[in-house]
Amino acid sequence: MSNLLSLTTFLPILGVLMLLFIPKDSKSVLRSVTFVVTVVTFIASLPVLIGFQNNADFQFVENVPWIAAGPFAMRYNIGIDGISLWLVILTTFIMPIAVLSTWTAVEEKVKEYMICLLLLETGMLGAFISLDLFLFYIFWEVMLIPMYFIIGIWGGKNKIYAAIKFFVYTMAGSVLMLVALIFLYFKGTAAGMTDFSLLHFYDLRLDPATQTWLFLAFAFSFAIKVPMFPLHTWLPDAHTEAPTAGSVILAAILLKMGTYGYVRFAMPLFPDAAHRFTPLIATLAVIGIIYAALVAMVQEDVKKLVAYSSVAHLGFVMLGLFAFNEQGITGGMLQMLNHGVSTGALFLIVGFIYERRHTRLITDFGGLSKQMPIFATIFMIVTLSSIGLPGTNGFVGEFMVLLGAFESEIRWYTVIATSGVILSAVYMLWMFQRVMFGELDNPKNQKLLDLNAREIGIMLPLIALIFIMGVYPNPFIEKMQPAINKLIAQTKTSSVTAQLPVDQVLPAGHPVVAPAPEQNPAAEQQNVPAEEATPAVINPHDAK
Amino acid sequence: MDMITIPAVNMTPIMPEIFLSVLAMALLLINVFVPSGQKSYIGYISFIGVIAAAVLVGTGWGMHVESFNGAVVQDNFASFFKMIFLLAAGLAILISDQYMVREECNHGELYPLILFTVVGMMLMAAGTDLMTIFLGLEVMSVSLYVLAGFNRENRKSNEAGLKYFLLGAFSTGFLLYGMALTYGATGSTRIADIATFAAQQSLPSSNVMLLAGMLLMITGFAFKVAAAPFHMWTPDVYEGAPTPMTAFMSAGPKAAGFAAALRILLVSFSTMQADWSQLFWVLAVLTMTVGNITALRQDNIKRMLAYSSIAHAGYCLVGFTAGNPTGTAGIMFYMLSYTFMNIGAFAIIVLVGKKGEPNGNVMDFAGFGFKHPALAVAMSIFLFSLAGMPPTAGFIGKFYLFSGAIQKGYIWLAVIGVLNSAASVYYYLRVMVYMYMKEPTEEFDWLQVSAPIALSLLISVTGTLVLGVVPSIVLQYAQEAIKLI
Repeated sequence: MSNLLSLTTFLPILGVLMLLFIPKDSKSVLRSVTFVVTVVTFIASLPVLIGFQNNADFQFVENVPWIAAGPFAMRYNIGIDGISLWLVILTTFIMPIAVLSTWTAVEEKVKEYMICLLLLETGMLGAFISLDLFLFYIFWEVMLIPMYFIIGIWGGKNKIYAAIKFFVYTMAGSVLMLVALIFLYFKGTAAGMTDFSLLHFYDLRLDPATQTWLFLAFAFSFAIKVPMFPLHTWLPDAHTEAPTAGSVILAAILLKMGTYGYVRFAMPLFPDAAHRFTPLIATLAVIGIIYAALVAMVQEDVKKLVAYSSVAHLGFVMLGLFAFNEQGITGGMLQMLNHGVSTGALFLIVGFIYERRHTRLITDFGGLSKQMPIFATIFMIVTLSSIGLPGTNGFVGEFMVLLGAFESEIRWYTVIATSGVILSAVYMLWMFQRVMFGELDNPKNQKLLDLNAREIGIMLPLIALIFIMGVYPNPFIEKMQPAINKLIAQTKTSSVTAQLPVDQVLPAGHPVVAPAPEQNPAAEQQNVPAEEATPAVINPHDAK
Repeated sequence: MDMITIPAVNMTPIMPEIFLSVLAMALLLINVFVPSGQKSYIGYISFIGVIAAAVLVGTGWGMHVESFNGAVVQDNFASFFKMIFLLAAGLAILISDQYMVREECNHGELYPLILFTVVGMMLMAAGTDLMTIFLGLEVMSVSLYVLAGFNRENRKSNEAGLKYFLLGAFSTGFLLYGMALTYGATGSTRIADIATFAAQQSLPSSNVMLLAGMLLMITGFAFKVAAAPFHMWTPDVYEGAPTPMTAFMSAGPKAAGFAAALRILLVSFSTMQADWSQLFWVLAVLTMTVGNITALRQDNIKRMLAYSSIAHAGYCLVGFTAGNPTGTAGIMFYMLSYTFMNIGAFAIIVLVGKKGEPNGNVMDFAGFGFKHPALAVAMSIFLFSLAGMPPTAGFIGKFYLFSGAIQKGYIWLAVIGVLNSAASVYYYLRVMVYMYMKEPTEEFDWLQVSAPIALSLLISVTGTLVLGVVPSIVLQYAQEAIKLI
């Protein structure tokens, strides 16, 4: 079927239309219908996965004219490659789980809640598959609306503050991207382009000064979404106040929008600027990793702790992406999926105990493993996955990120970032210890029930993925490999063209390579044609 | 005995105006015989009249007819704006009846006055002579003064009417003085002749009288569209006027002001664009910023929308600053979108209000979202559109306005614009916060949706969404309209 992607994306809207006709008091019907719709969406997305050819092209492309007026031509242009494929699958996979997790957690305004969840799914899928910059922007913004309501209506005590902060932060970033996007379009039309198609923009070679401004605007918008230090402050609020399903989706998918934005737009569209700002991005990523880990360590609220751990994890993703080499970007992409699975699972776990005890303070717990053995086992597995223990998914991604980053020009950042791995073990295990081990002395905890069948059912697919991706990540990597190679080729700036082979061929720490990257920014600043800088970089390679 | 010879004039360009004027006068007469409880029928007839006028305007699309010695023209530019005025009037008529009955000031004169306002606005859009434009402006303004103070038992409404009249008269003085100076400098009041004169000057801005004339006219129009720093009258008038009239005033007359200003500036003073662009740059930034910052602090929802309407005028001024086809078509599209979304939002305010509007604050919307889900969703759509969120008309409109500025190289203006737009999100969200995220303090059991209001809401919601998802259907007309100017 040629319009499989559209079908997957808009199935949830169909579900919304169905929900409208169901009376709001029949809650179980509402829940079931939503669940079925999300499962059907997942099933609809499977042929995309199966039919996906392992090459770098965009597949399942649909391209029809949409708006044409004045200087603009927008098209409904969608398609996926190895990078977006897994994010689409992750989205359709997480959604049924998120819906299941609300079964008993949300009792009020179920209908509206389910409608918000489904709208959100369409928004997220649309953003991942858009190949038209304008269309992407529409979905990117549309996503905000249901999430705003999910946090604001069904959230915790401080929900309104969190919801508005979430909305205004993201909006402030994205409007700047809008200006950059329009500016980019006019740059494109000046070069003979006629529409907003991403593929055409990839071929556009912009001068470094323009790239710098455009990159800053895009990167700022995405950095808020990732979120990168110091723009992360909306995240702990949003996560803590959001209902469980909201947190799960926020962590598992919405945050990936930011990193996806870098991979899909900011890096390949403005390669020179991306390279130029690598030190800045790497610095912020490393600060994010260390700072978030330290803050996470002292949190009293489990959910807030997990929220801060997200900031740290996404710091790793950013570090991997800005290594600009195969291991780094592959690791970053894998880590995006891993974070989706593990942190999603962690938020579900927090949801389970919150539903039972209506508190998330670490001090209120202790010794739960005696009372809830199944819960303890699952929690342990997920915790270890989040830390990145070998054998779980977290390890593969983190290792590749560090490996890739170490072999790139951001080596010394990597060295510091590595300590974040240890810190993550500290805060996660310490939290686990305080919650699960020790004396079961709180009488309220002594009556806790272990996970029921539904809850175990929610967790099983995630646990399975943790191990599959940890032990045999190849199927995942294989599909994304061609796209990543293409991305690396795209992000090769004219001046860096020769540098990447050097990175791959030379053993780490080769003395001759080190000065080369530092020449590049200088070369760009002076607007020197790239070729002049090239020989200097090639030499060490030849010398070998 | 000399025969009075009447020159043969082509009446077609002003057929809609003639039709509406005759209808309005007839309705004034009929009104005398209609018992006080049945004034709604006057409204229904007016509404049908508006539709008929829209058909008349629509059939003239694509034709270019000048008449009255070049004082009036029928072109796509005028037709596009006339459609906006008729839409604003139609929606305003639909939401008036229930409000006026509730406020016990259901006098039949309301509807003919609205029609007269429309006639004035149409002449402003169609006028190609400064005198015609001035005539239209006065017809519009005088009717509006009455409409603002229409609820004569209500002190705030009286205040609104008086304030609007005093400041409006003041601003008309500016406009007229500007026109007089322009006439003095160029020897003609005809827009095309002024353009010819300006084109002959090597440096038109060095002609002090012409420059002063232009500046004074811009000041006059800035008053009419409520651009900062000439916006002081807006909040009080918008708050005090009967809510449906506030809705009408915020959309229709504003669009008329833009229409006339666009024609004068783009045709007469096109050679001086470099001069007025800079002026509009400042006006746009001031208007957007003042409107948005003051709106942030408002509790009264009508007042909040009044300040927000100042901000929206500011966005349109961004299109003015650009002055290119993208920006000007953006203004036209934006005014149309604004008509849908703003009158829609006011329709909800009409519904929620009690007699005398004691509950006009944002807080009084607490819990509204789950008491009346459909109305609240409609309100949310309008608010998101006002905030410029896709997929609504408001987003596409802003997109084109800011694109115009970027295309012309005014990047920083666009950046200030979008940041303003991001800031505005806060106060629009605040209404939704109360609607959905606060516990209800009221049952909203007095709330009844009459059929006309339901129809107006249906039109507004459809318009807001359709223009947001498939804007081409209107944008292409706006593009065509701007070509002929």
